[in-house]
Amino acid sequence: MENLQCKCGHINPPGTILCESCGRSLTEEEQNKKLADMRYEGTARRSQTYNKSIIDKIWNFFSSVKVGVSIIALLLVAAAVGTILPQAQYVNVPVRNDATIKAYYADVYGEIGKIYHFLGFHDLYGSIWFIVLVGMLAISLIVASLDRFVPLYRSLKNQRVLRHRSFMNKQRIYAEGDAPADAMQKAEGKLKELKYNVTVDKNGLLAEKGRFSRWGPYVNHIGLIIFLFGVMLRMMPGFYVDETLWIREGETRAIPEAPGYFLENENFTLETYTGEGEEAKFEEAIDRVGSVAKNYQTDIVLYEAPEESLPGATDEMEKVKEHAIQVNQPLKFDGYAVYQMDFRQNELRAMTFDLTNKETEESLGSLTVDLVNPEKSYDLGNDARVDLLGYYPDFSGFEDGEPQTETPIPNNPGFLVRMFTPETPEGEVSFIVIQNTIEPLGDNQYKLTFQGAETRDVSGLTIRKDKTLPILGLGGLIFMIGVAQGMYFNHRRFWIQQQADGSLIMAGHTNKNWFGLKKDLDQVSEHASLPPYTDQQEEIETQEKLKNQQKVEGDELS
Amino acid sequence: MTLADISSNLLYVAFVAYLIATFVFGGAVRGNKEGSFKSEGRWGNIAFIITIIGFLSHLGYFFTRWGATGHAPLSNMFEFTTAFGMTLVGGFIVIYLLYRTPVLGMVVLPIALLIIAFASMFPSEVSPLIPALQTNWLAIHVSTVVIAEGILAISAGAGLIYLLKVVDMTKKSNQRFWLEAMMYSLVVVMGFVVANSYFTLTGYEAEFTYIDKDDNESSITYNMPPLVGMNEYTALTDDAMEPLFQTPPIINAGKVTTILWSLIFGTALYWSIRLIARKRIAAIFKPYVKNVNLQLMDEINYRAVIIGFPLFTLGALIFAMIWAQIAWSRFWGWDPKEVWALVTWLFYAAYLHLRLGKGWQGEKSAWLAVGGFAIIMFNLVAVNLIIAGLHSYA
Repeated sequence: MENLQCKCGHINPPGTILCESCGRSLTEEEQNKKLADMRYEGTARRSQTYNKSIIDKIWNFFSSVKVGVSIIALLLVAAAVGTILPQAQYVNVPVRNDATIKAYYADVYGEIGKIYHFLGFHDLYGSIWFIVLVGMLAISLIVASLDRFVPLYRSLKNQRVLRHRSFMNKQRIYAEGDAPADAMQKAEGKLKELKYNVTVDKNGLLAEKGRFSRWGPYVNHIGLIIFLFGVMLRMMPGFYVDETLWIREGETRAIPEAPGYFLENENFTLETYTGEGEEAKFEEAIDRVGSVAKNYQTDIVLYEAPEESLPGATDEMEKVKEHAIQVNQPLKFDGYAVYQMDFRQNELRAMTFDLTNKETEESLGSLTVDLVNPEKSYDLGNDARVDLLGYYPDFSGFEDGEPQTETPIPNNPGFLVRMFTPETPEGEVSFIVIQNTIEPLGDNQYKLTFQGAETRDVSGLTIRKDKTLPILGLGGLIFMIGVAQGMYFNHRRFWIQQQADGSLIMAGHTNKNWFGLKKDLDQVSEHASLPPYTDQQEEIETQEKLKNQQKVEGDELS
Repeated sequence: MTLADISSNLLYVAFVAYLIATFVFGGAVRGNKEGSFKSEGRWGNIAFIITIIGFLSHLGYFFTRWGATGHAPLSNMFEFTTAFGMTLVGGFIVIYLLYRTPVLGMVVLPIALLIIAFASMFPSEVSPLIPALQTNWLAIHVSTVVIAEGILAISAGAGLIYLLKVVDMTKKSNQRFWLEAMMYSLVVVMGFVVANSYFTLTGYEAEFTYIDKDDNESSITYNMPPLVGMNEYTALTDDAMEPLFQTPPIINAGKVTTILWSLIFGTALYWSIRLIARKRIAAIFKPYVKNVNLQLMDEINYRAVIIGFPLFTLGALIFAMIWAQIAWSRFWGWDPKEVWALVTWLFYAAYLHLRLGKGWQGEKSAWLAVGGFAIIMFNLVAVNLIIAGLHSYA
């Protein structure tokens, strides 16, 4: 395609509709229009000009509003579909893997659940096609913005003051007629007073206000792109940490993914509303639902090990700070945040037994087994001893005669012990679980009698680091600025020219809020006695209405 | 009288004021016998003053309740929905001051009344905050959302008036069907209110045990006659009605029963209105919208969206994400409520692109505005009550 030369001599890029310099219509279609198409200043948009190569076609596809809205609509529908049944991440299964999740959907939701899972809707937002859709939205945002922004920017930057008459009288607001000799100066003064930027060139002036509002849509699109970029960035290693840490009261543990940092759980507290005293006003509500949680809190101490110390060495740790982690009050340090997310109350900590003679019920002493770090052997003195042959914290039954444990958490501890006493120096073997004792090698003389248990709470904490947050925040901020810029301001322009015969022609344009533009113009017109203007759009509409009415009347007559 | 009592009395006053104002607005836009609209402005202003009284009382409810509970009253279904009714009326007041549109009052106020009545079906005693809600972000996030949604609902109100005027109710068409369907769904909400109030006043209660989805025995109390039974139910109440059929364990038959009763009462109500008026409900409004300036309604529709959309972005996405990061350790978790906030946002983004990029103004824009309101209501009602998630506080 070739450049277009306008009658005024200016050479325009191919595809231009209105001459960049004088504003004459360059296409036949445009020449026949009553009003100029001012949406993108009649500039040459790439998407409207080229449609030959495959690149052109892709560009045109993504620059189209129709395509953009279609992508939005598809995302909207997809997002909604994902809420019909819970997403896999919110599903409760004892052991989490693909098979159990699949089974969960089939068991709980039947046929519908099976289909939902089969279509991959159980992980809809992580599915490839959903991510591809979001990616297409991002491309559309970039392409559509560039396609419009570049020529628009060029055009508004190189505006000429003097425009051809055919440009002026195709503007929606237009006036022509005689005016006093000082009208131009007076108009200039008044426009400046109304905060317009006024440029004068020979016999004409251009007054302009709020051009920056034209960039609003592109600014908010940039904000969205930055946001999406931030979301993408978290897939990079080092930007994002999401770990769970179960920590018992009294324990000190290394914080996962935060090398050198340790956390001690001093105490976990769960409070519920009592409905008494100051809370008496809540009594009715508490009675209705049974109980309402008031506080979940883990009191912690944060330690840091010096860098030169060996990994796992905890003796040289320095205390960094103490903090009460509550919901809404995470612990923060060095870019990390630790959240109160979950808890288990009353986990068994230790169990105490007496070694007793079955017949006489006489005790030879007692032993306390720490259920996290049990000892191999407990010496009770006087030649009495208990050896722990096997420990099964979460005993789940026997397999091939061997006791099994389901998890390493002491939910249902089982002990295989050999008891030595002066009477039984060879030792007697016994297997003990809560409320049950098995004597696999025949009847014993002695047994371990359960005396008591200590319990403690366990806090479920989430360790989070997200370096993308500032980028997301920036994206959000830019989006909001762009939206405000584009929606709450508008770009107003007036062109006024003095003709050779002394009469004036005047045109006005705004990208929105014509009411505001007219209010400005009324003030200028009155002050400078400009010729009366017409709103050509309204005139066209009234004429059409009249035509329609006449048509209806004609129909009735016939 | 305690502060909480004062608060609920103020809400009654607001309700009654809106009710009166609705009829005065209706009278104002109806025009006089000669078919002129000379007194529209005068009666409109009287109705507007009544609305202002109601709104001040509504504000009074809000702040006295804040005082009584010690936290922003935006923490459960009753409080949020009542506040939604308030912001809806607030939005109308602003628009009225700008454009003097009594007809908008005639449409918005009954919707606000319906919303408040709907709210009062939920437990309204002052309730304490669970740990996740104990932060100033509750007031910041929820109040921004509720204001944004009130403004967006104004856009739907203007859209509805536009449609009431332009849709031809004498000829069969898709438009006529959907407009009437909208009217019907509003009547069904009223049906819910009537059914719920009726069974509450008569003190209906029936207790059942059933087997839940994890194969455990559980119990449920119906406050309406059980049309639908839970999975493998057994009645504990002697004279309880025998349910017509039972649901699979994942479906709460109590909720299904409530929906069915609402439909039964709503449909009965709808047909009685139709039989008495002998026309469709949308057609009843025709004489009231004769004097409507369509261009102005289109303008209000659009104005409301360009104010409501950025506010919604700020409240329902940005503030929401900040709070979610603080309370739940992640700014976004695809929780159903979050997803529906995104759906709402995408919908209005599409609205703006279609309007500004494709020239969808007037009737098309009006349909979109009404659709947006439907999504907001879905997010409020269905997502809270049917799709369980982190936001199900009610």
